[in-house]
Amino acid sequence: MSGNVMGGGWRARLGRSVLYITTFALALVWAVPMAWAVVASLRPPTDPLGRGDVWFAFPLTLENYTRALALAPFGQYYVNTIVVILMILAVQMVTITLAAFAFAHFNFPGKRAIFYLVLLQLMIPTTALLAPNFATIRALGLFDTRLAIAIPYFGSAFGTFLLRQVFLDIPRDLVDAGVMDGCRWWQLLRHIYLPPAVPTLIAFGLSSTAWHWNEFLWPLVITNSDQARPLTAGLVRFTQLGEIGAQWALLSAATLIVILPLFVVFLFFQKRFIQSFVYSGIK
Amino acid sequence: MTAFARLQRRRVSPLPYLLILPTFVFVALFTIWPMLLASYQSLFLQRLNMARYRTPTFTGFQNYVELFNDDRFHQVMHNTLIFVAGTVPVSIVLAFLFAMLVNQALRGIGVARLFFFYPTILPLVSAATIWMFFFTPDYGIFNTTLRALGYTGPQNWTGNPNLALLAVMIVSVWKNAGYYMIFYLAGLQGMPVDVYEAAALDGASGWQMLWRITFPLLRRTTLFITTIAFIGAFQTVDHIFVLTQGGPAGASTVLLYYLWEQRFEFLNVGVASALTVVLIAVLLIFTLTNFLLSERKEDAHVG
Repeated sequence: MSGNVMGGGWRARLGRSVLYITTFALALVWAVPMAWAVVASLRPPTDPLGRGDVWFAFPLTLENYTRALALAPFGQYYVNTIVVILMILAVQMVTITLAAFAFAHFNFPGKRAIFYLVLLQLMIPTTALLAPNFATIRALGLFDTRLAIAIPYFGSAFGTFLLRQVFLDIPRDLVDAGVMDGCRWWQLLRHIYLPPAVPTLIAFGLSSTAWHWNEFLWPLVITNSDQARPLTAGLVRFTQLGEIGAQWALLSAATLIVILPLFVVFLFFQKRFIQSFVYSGIK
Repeated sequence: MTAFARLQRRRVSPLPYLLILPTFVFVALFTIWPMLLASYQSLFLQRLNMARYRTPTFTGFQNYVELFNDDRFHQVMHNTLIFVAGTVPVSIVLAFLFAMLVNQALRGIGVARLFFFYPTILPLVSAATIWMFFFTPDYGIFNTTLRALGYTGPQNWTGNPNLALLAVMIVSVWKNAGYYMIFYLAGLQGMPVDVYEAAALDGASGWQMLWRITFPLLRRTTLFITTIAFIGAFQTVDHIFVLTQGGPAGASTVLLYYLWEQRFEFLNVGVASALTVVLIAVLLIFTLTNFLLSERKEDAHVG
């Protein structure tokens, strides 16, 4: 494709400049919200935003961050978000590996039916079922706990499906050789199935982390105290505090407190992140 | 079928069932059971904020009859339709455009790709908190920009019944376009270069290649993106909590937000269950139709 675009000539060069400008103009428009939030969060609180003055104000200060941290227990929210994500990842890795192995390796009566039942979770996302699930969590006595936020995601149709695809790509000869050598099922899983699946597990883990760091509605309804509330629900509560109002600098600081850790991790592992999103989607 | 698989088939061992059990238990408890529970509860009148309706009483399809005769529900379905029909195609078209742009070999293209993609990893509520300022009347960035373009008068985006839903849709598109972009990007990078070279030798124009080669080859990618975008659109309500709370006068209330409101604000279990069933039905009909259509097209291709 690049073949006919790349030629010399003033038309080709003009075309390239137009593409170049379009690309970066659009990219800049897309970056404005984040850029503005960073700049605004560093404004002195004594200098509120006004007409014609929505960007820089000096001296830059971290005061908004210290105030935001003093007004809401963001430390606790961090702990909650991280605990929830670790719980989900730890359980998911085990459940999806075992289920994917069973679906890929064995033939057994009812396999298709069970597989489709599990895949139902892909079509009807858990968020849509929050009303009945709320009743279930109440009945289990888990309301307002971190476990309640995590537990609906302990089984993952998506992860199972993803990993099964990888397992199915493993050459049958290799598996059969393992069987002939008298490997038990966990040995097959450990030595033949799992090694080539590690990148997939990492990819799934990364996108699962981002997804659950983002999650809001389910934690909102299933938590009721700062002991269990994650960052997203905490932020919305913060925006609704009486004394906040339209203090944009303070709000930006609070917003960035919620965004930054995952964002920094993302910047460092950008390639890996994007790859894992593509990978976890397409496979 | 391999020898081993045939061997496995002959004697039914409990092992595979045991391996699937953990996954199945959680899927059963939080996907299958709630679907049944919602269907069942939707047949009962139960309102937790009224003493005499606290215990459920069977009313048949009364909740559905009430919903379908309720103007508020019509408004919600109308808003949902606009939200889905607006955000899904626009996000996908932008995603394709972005992917074409960042697939060029230009200096600094990685930065552009990063700028398009980063909204994906921002929590939607945080993004909405930032956008709340953009939509602020008078000195918000939207209005400042519009004024610079010659538009006069302060415009209250989130407080205007004609603009609130649009504001919510703009944030959704901004958040999702970069996410869908990476799938197109992956698709474009997997394109067979020789086909384009052959077409170029035959004198095909850029447009012809786009329509005859690129689009057909990206059909599966588009189908996949459409599916996740559609299912996602019904779940995307987080920013409504920050930006508009469904208002003004319900102008930006979509199906899932309404469901939340009925269950957790009005404590109306019966109607919330009926709404859950409606949501399930819409999602199932879409995914199954999509699946069947794509299967049929696959067959046509093979044949």
